[in-house]
Amino acid sequence: MNATAFAECAIYVLLLLALAWPLGAYMARVYNGQALWAQRVIGPLERFVYRICGVDSAAQMDWRGYAYAVLAFNLFGLLAVYALQRVQASLPLNPAALANVAPEVAWNTAVSFASNTNWQAYGGETTLSHLTQMLALTTQNFVSAGTGMAVLVALLRGLTGRLTTNLGSFWVDLTRSTLYILLPLSVLLALLLVSQGVVQTFSASTSVPWLDRVLTADGKPVVEQVLALGPAASQIAIKQLGTNGGGFFNVNSAHPFENTSVLSNLLQALAILLLPAALCITYGRLVGSPRQGIALLLAMFALFLPVLALTVWSEHQANPLLTALGVDPSMGNWEGKETRFGLTASALWATATTAASNGSVNAMHDSFMPLGSLGPMWLMQLGEIVFGGVGSGIYGILMYAFVAVFVAGLMVGRTPEYLGKKIEAFEMKMAALVILLPSAAVLLGTALACSIPAGTQPLGNPGAHGFSEILYAFSSGANNNGSALGGLTVNGLFYTVAIGVCMLVGRYWVIVPVLALAGSLANKRAVPPSAGTLPTHTPLFILLLVGTIVIVGALTFIPALVLGPIVEHLSLR
Amino acid sequence: MSSNTLTRPLFELKIVRRAVLDAVRALNPRRMIRNPVLFVVELGSAFTTLLWVDAAWTGQGDANPNFILAVSIWLWFTVLFANFAEAMAEGRGKAQAETLRAARKDVIARKLASPNRLGPVTQTVSAHLRKGDFVLVEAGDLLPGDGEIVEGVASVDESAITGESAPVIRESGGDRSAVTGGTRVLSDWLVVRMTANPGETFLDRMIAMVEGAKRQKTPNEIALDILLAGLTIVFLLATVTLLPYSDYAVHATGHGQPVGLTVLVALLVCLIPTTIGALLSAIGIAGMDRMIQANVIATSGRAVEAAGDVDVLLLDKTGTITLGNRQATQFLPAPGVTERELAELAQLSSLADETPEGRSIVALALQLFQLAPPTLADATIVPFAAQTRMSGLDLGGRQIRKGATDAVTRFVAERGGTLPPAVREAVDQVARKGATPLVVADGARVLGVVCLKDIVKGGIRERFAEMRAIGIRTVMITGDNPLTAAAIAAEAGVDDFLAEATPEAKLAMIRDWQQRGHLVAMTGDGTNDAPALAQADVAVAMNSGTQAAKEAGNMVDLDSNPTKLLAIVHIGKQMLMTRGALTTFSIANDIAKYFAIIPAAFAATYPVLNVLNVMHLHSPTTAILSAVIFNALIIIALIPLALRGVTYRPIPASQLLRRNLLVYGVGGVLVPFPGIKLIDLILTACHVG
Repeated sequence: MNATAFAECAIYVLLLLALAWPLGAYMARVYNGQALWAQRVIGPLERFVYRICGVDSAAQMDWRGYAYAVLAFNLFGLLAVYALQRVQASLPLNPAALANVAPEVAWNTAVSFASNTNWQAYGGETTLSHLTQMLALTTQNFVSAGTGMAVLVALLRGLTGRLTTNLGSFWVDLTRSTLYILLPLSVLLALLLVSQGVVQTFSASTSVPWLDRVLTADGKPVVEQVLALGPAASQIAIKQLGTNGGGFFNVNSAHPFENTSVLSNLLQALAILLLPAALCITYGRLVGSPRQGIALLLAMFALFLPVLALTVWSEHQANPLLTALGVDPSMGNWEGKETRFGLTASALWATATTAASNGSVNAMHDSFMPLGSLGPMWLMQLGEIVFGGVGSGIYGILMYAFVAVFVAGLMVGRTPEYLGKKIEAFEMKMAALVILLPSAAVLLGTALACSIPAGTQPLGNPGAHGFSEILYAFSSGANNNGSALGGLTVNGLFYTVAIGVCMLVGRYWVIVPVLALAGSLANKRAVPPSAGTLPTHTPLFILLLVGTIVIVGALTFIPALVLGPIVEHLSLR
Repeated sequence: MSSNTLTRPLFELKIVRRAVLDAVRALNPRRMIRNPVLFVVELGSAFTTLLWVDAAWTGQGDANPNFILAVSIWLWFTVLFANFAEAMAEGRGKAQAETLRAARKDVIARKLASPNRLGPVTQTVSAHLRKGDFVLVEAGDLLPGDGEIVEGVASVDESAITGESAPVIRESGGDRSAVTGGTRVLSDWLVVRMTANPGETFLDRMIAMVEGAKRQKTPNEIALDILLAGLTIVFLLATVTLLPYSDYAVHATGHGQPVGLTVLVALLVCLIPTTIGALLSAIGIAGMDRMIQANVIATSGRAVEAAGDVDVLLLDKTGTITLGNRQATQFLPAPGVTERELAELAQLSSLADETPEGRSIVALALQLFQLAPPTLADATIVPFAAQTRMSGLDLGGRQIRKGATDAVTRFVAERGGTLPPAVREAVDQVARKGATPLVVADGARVLGVVCLKDIVKGGIRERFAEMRAIGIRTVMITGDNPLTAAAIAAEAGVDDFLAEATPEAKLAMIRDWQQRGHLVAMTGDGTNDAPALAQADVAVAMNSGTQAAKEAGNMVDLDSNPTKLLAIVHIGKQMLMTRGALTTFSIANDIAKYFAIIPAAFAATYPVLNVLNVMHLHSPTTAILSAVIFNALIIIALIPLALRGVTYRPIPASQLLRRNLLVYGVGGVLVPFPGIKLIDLILTACHVG
């Protein structure tokens, strides 16, 4: 790792902070109903949406009502995406005349996009019509992110509520998140991306003359190349902003039409972490103590930066196997990377996307050094809480905060409390469920895949690396990331079904306990702070929170990681 | 803390011997299942035992039979050590219960048909007495049960309950009317109405409490149990899935062998939080035990836990903040009167006044002017009366009086005198300082003012500052007027006060604090305190108090010392801290165990993993055994800490956390490395593995 790499990362982090700060403050005003200027412009549209949907915007929901609304809305989305894929051949906007999607892939994709995972069992331009991409995937990109934000806002109402059952209205939270935050940001980003040459068109493809002289298998010269096109920029904007990651094209953000230049790469990389980082600021303001939000943001950075350093450093190392073949070892590990982005931007992208639950890739993670893939894999295994998904990252890290507060609270001689709310048996049960279930899905899914031929046959590589591929796939699915190490063929029946189940577990078996917890917290009195209260914004608490995450995350996955990337790393030396 | 006779050494041979037996008895799975962490260990122990039988029988089992046997034995020891810790804590309680039970002998009681001492008496065994019966108890008798005195005054030896040998006075009416079964009347007689049926008396409840018979898990224990169960499931998954992972690895690499079941069970037991799981219930019992050592009986573990959370203390002024009585501190003579003259007359007026205030005036005069109290032959004593609100004496033709300002003003006015403005000013000045002015008059002539002041207990101000540092507000409750109350509050350094307190005002104040989310602790002894005691989160009734107060509270202080509240908070916090510290320690330990077991478990398949063997343990066998042995021995090593509790210092939460994180968090990460290495060295020296 050299000075340029360091500068590249530093610029990225500083730009991210500079953008997240004002955005976080704006979002707090949106949820408080104080974004007056925006209300004047978007308000009529918001009211129009309520009118046609028949939503009473003043109605309040308790946690059960909120959870029903979330689940019903997501189930509807899941079914709609499935149906659209299954009949796309007979629908318009299908210039490439693509067939209906196979049932198992359609199911996997529907779950993937409802759960904000964007795991790609499908092949983008070769599987899905423009209509499916726009109506099914892009819509889900918005509302699945909106769902995460709504659940977060409901949890915040639980934390700030006093002896109430009201958690607000899911419909209002979802509509506001989409109309006031996701939509304007996406329009802006899409325009910026188009300015960089990212395609946005309804045509299926374009033909360009072939410059090199290449022969086909039967000896004829290749004269032209057909390049797939489509309405990409609009989908890519929300794909990055909403921590989605499902690419318009199969090779995702490595595709030159999806991610054209260093600038478009920087814009997208910023968009990936922008909302999760900004929501920390929003969180602090909404709970009435900006320092609480800053503490969470710092905890996330404290976990993110070391992993970033490890990944960037690893990718600047040479692969000894390639060095043995005569490759200059001073160049670093260039295998599977786009020359227009370089080593640092690829490593940064891998770390940022796996920190956030964003599954997009601009390099082949399968070709990363073993330690270079260890960091991204571990970030996902932590439960997508280092930035994490839009909304889901913060409610995820708050579960760890409850555990940290629980142990630390005892250590200062009080029954534990967070923001004045007592953390009791019910809260511990829900927090334990949220931490436990995705981890269980990862470990058990990997175990199952290791033991059956349907799991091991699609492997592209043998040995420890093959194990890493399986572990990475389940880590990504169960934690709703969507990133793939690659090398594993995942459109077969076993992986589409198994990872589909993991995605459902990782999303909804987390959302429901979180909402139940919000309901329980809302119903409590708040204990006023005193000198005997454990402050939850100090460096000490940040350290404790990071320690809890690292210890729980490490202890759960060390054995698996040892058998994958660590053995691989040690064997390479 | 007060002196008492119930204190026991940490390890008493008798208790240890019984605890060892109890530990074995507690292996019953139906009992073990209440502790999910240890239940998993017991299952693991049984499973490895079966593996050993299989390996020894067939000669080609899961691993070398001796290795399996060694692991199995140490896993059983882990369970036994955990049971031993709990049995130790319970044993200490039981030993105390036995001392108490000795006091609960059946005695022959003199049952009265009516609450009349001279009425007909029937001899009845105490076990047959019922609530509402009347009994006569005379000097030398044991009280047959709990009761309320309806007639008589007596000195009672309560040492069987309190461990305090000085007898106490019990009398009918007022707040000292409750008597406890098993105590002995030393002088005089009492007519007592029984307030509890046999088996339900205070002594019975106390025995049940210290024996832990009725012990239920407290809310915080349940929450912690859930966290520990969650961690156990995580580690169960992490270890169980290692089997297919290693199968895959063997298959993919084509060499080595899959990880053995014995190793997996060993890894699982080392990872799950056995340390805290083993000691959790001992910590809870020990917390109750420490309360008992402080001569406080808590009616539930919940109350002890709440004591740690209390952030508002309501303290009665008299007895807690100030010494029981007001004392004369100053003579303020009227114009034209010398201080000595005032002192002399004030002393004269108080000679027959046996109240502590009166005696303090005599003492002050003696101290300031060496005025020896004269003997009076021809004086007529005028005692204090509620109507006149004055006392004094008539000496020859002189009428010397002292009393409240308005009473003396009236007395003087009747004789044609007036209260001089300077004296009026002195009165106001004294009142402003929070003291009580007494005006002294000789007939129509006003001589001046005696200043009576509450004396704040030495060191109490520092105690309150300590409380403030840990975030606890102190509120003084007093019947005084606001002016007086404010002055004493300022002097004692309390955060707030409630003046002219009535039982209703007290209750309203507690509700108000609770409404704002605070947890309130208070002490009380009178029947009129009962509603407030019932409302408070931690309510400490004085043992000398009425039955109603004791019923309403959730703790009883046998020493009847209101300052005890501070010690109770301390014990509550200490118990919670011990839980937190050992949880942290237990989880932090796991890091070292991974470094010991992972390279050992996969040594055959992936020899490169030996670089993770940072402790350079001798062989896979010794590595795994060392980790298991360390895991078992650490329980024994921490029993004293669990029973005694971690050191508590009254410092703000953030400093406390930093300290404990350093000791139990960082310490928990580091300690196992040398520990496991040491055991490995010993095993190697003994040629194991």
